Amino acid sequence: MSAVISAQNVRKRFGDHEVLRGISLDLAEHEVVCLIGASGSGKSTLLRCLNLLETIDEGDIVFRGQSLTDARIDPNLVRRHISIVFQAFNLFPHLSVLDNVMLGPVRALGRSRDEVKVEAMELLERIGLAPRALEFPDRLSGGQQQRVAIVRSLAMKPDVLLLDEVTSALDPTLVGEVLDLLTDLARGGTTMLIATHEMNFARNVADRVVFLHNGEIVESGTPSQIFDQPREAATAAFLSRVN
Amino acid sequence: MGRRAAVASSLSSAIIVGLIIWFFWRAPNGANVRHFFLDPHSFWINLTGDPSRSLYSILRCFETNVWMFMLCEALVLIFGLGLAWLRLSRTPILAPLRVASAIYTDVFRGIPIILVLFAVGYGVPGMQAGWISQRTPITYACATLVITYSAYVAEVYRAGMNSVPNGQVMAARSLGLSDVQTMRRVILPQAVRNVVPPLLNDFISLQKDTALVGTLGIVEANQAAHVFGAMEFNYTGYTVAALLFLALTIPMTRYTDHLIAKDRRRRLAGGTV
Ligand SMILES: Nc1ncnc2c1ncn2[C@@H]1O[C@H](COP(=O)(O)OP(=O)(O)OP(=O)(O)O)[C@@H](O)[C@H]1O
Ligand SMILES: [Mg+2]
Repeated sequence: MSAVISAQNVRKRFGDHEVLRGISLDLAEHEVVCLIGASGSGKSTLLRCLNLLETIDEGDIVFRGQSLTDARIDPNLVRRHISIVFQAFNLFPHLSVLDNVMLGPVRALGRSRDEVKVEAMELLERIGLAPRALEFPDRLSGGQQQRVAIVRSLAMKPDVLLLDEVTSALDPTLVGEVLDLLTDLARGGTTMLIATHEMNFARNVADRVVFLHNGEIVESGTPSQIFDQPREAATAAFLSRVN
Repeated sequence: MGRRAAVASSLSSAIIVGLIIWFFWRAPNGANVRHFFLDPHSFWINLTGDPSRSLYSILRCFETNVWMFMLCEALVLIFGLGLAWLRLSRTPILAPLRVASAIYTDVFRGIPIILVLFAVGYGVPGMQAGWISQRTPITYACATLVITYSAYVAEVYRAGMNSVPNGQVMAARSLGLSDVQTMRRVILPQAVRNVVPPLLNDFISLQKDTALVGTLGIVEANQAAHVFGAMEFNYTGYTVAALLFLALTIPMTRYTDHLIAKDRRRRLAGGTV
């Protein structure tokens, strides 16, 4: 099985602080990988390196067989295939919900508004927000905003969806609706790399769980392997702290 | 505000205004001041002008101020944006221009505009450098206003762009938008909201500073009042000019405050994020 995207011995420093210390990780087509680890372990940094929002210091990122560290690569083109959703939603407050979803396909991909609008409405329908398509994001609840942000990424029809703790900024009562959407996407075969603190969710949807500790992948395996029989002491210690 | 509060505040305002008027009216030389600054006959001549005595109509001369600031404001909006854009650009090739733009804004915000006016209005023609030294005084005056106010407005734009959270840029980037698209579709539309009130403030200053260009011999409202004062030994012209400026700037000041208040209400209502 060939990887859609893979990190190969990726190193990233901020000043003297080495945040990623030789990360190697493959993501296969339709695979759902959950990235767990303590705060500061480098989850967000890894995701941002994967879609070139951050440059890397060493190693390589390979997307469908092509190296993305090549200077001739246009990062904007790459990001159309590798989309990221942030903890803080980052919806565009000056655009309606519908325009938020349509902006990428219309401007970055140059597709026709009419065509994109049909798809965008279908996506909003799917998360039950079609009736609110013309409202501004600040009228929506946090959970609704985050679902719009996910759908905004999906509208680009990305090859890979990166999700960075998308439920961490949410009121606990709203976490469920966002996780349900992700579960739905996982069943539908969307290739996803999900940084999360929701262990139950990871156990239920992940094909593979990767534990990141101080910028290194300490352990990776199926959810039951990681959660029930962790081999490494660091993994066990982390899990006992979060549970 | 309740009815009683409204009555009380109008009453106290009326009393204060009354006291101020009374003070000036009763001042030992009050009659003199009234004659020099508030003479009804001079007031009328200043408004209408009197060609037989070579007296200008300040109202007509004020037209010069109006079209000057309208032209200059349009140019300032464009140059200011250019300067701000250069300053915020991260392209390595543009680094020298980024530094130049930073120096430019610092220098021209630091020099009193009247000195720039002298430098441009007398210095440039004095250079005898061909075409550029043979422009009309009003061109030099407009150039001065544009040069100076572009520096202020560039800073306003820059603050506006910086006020857009970095997450917005990241979100735009991750949708594959180019730098220019990110600026145009995401940063500018949000920056404009924050920028309008301070921009209007700068425009009010610009409008008032059109009264300085008379120094170059341009007959605008203030200069016309000056001529009247010199010929008739009466300063009512300045009062007329002041009232004309107020008629223009007060609505704008009010509107600016209204926008600021509206924006504050929006922020307070917004609450989260
Ligand atoms: N732009 C930056 N400049 C300097 N240091 C940074 C920067 N971004 C992240 N770091 C540092 O890198 C380390 C890893 O941060 P990162 O955000 O990747 O962790 P994380 O695993 O996502 O944590 P969390 O669970 O809190 O989101 C942290 O120590 C952080 O302080
Ligand atoms: Mg993080």
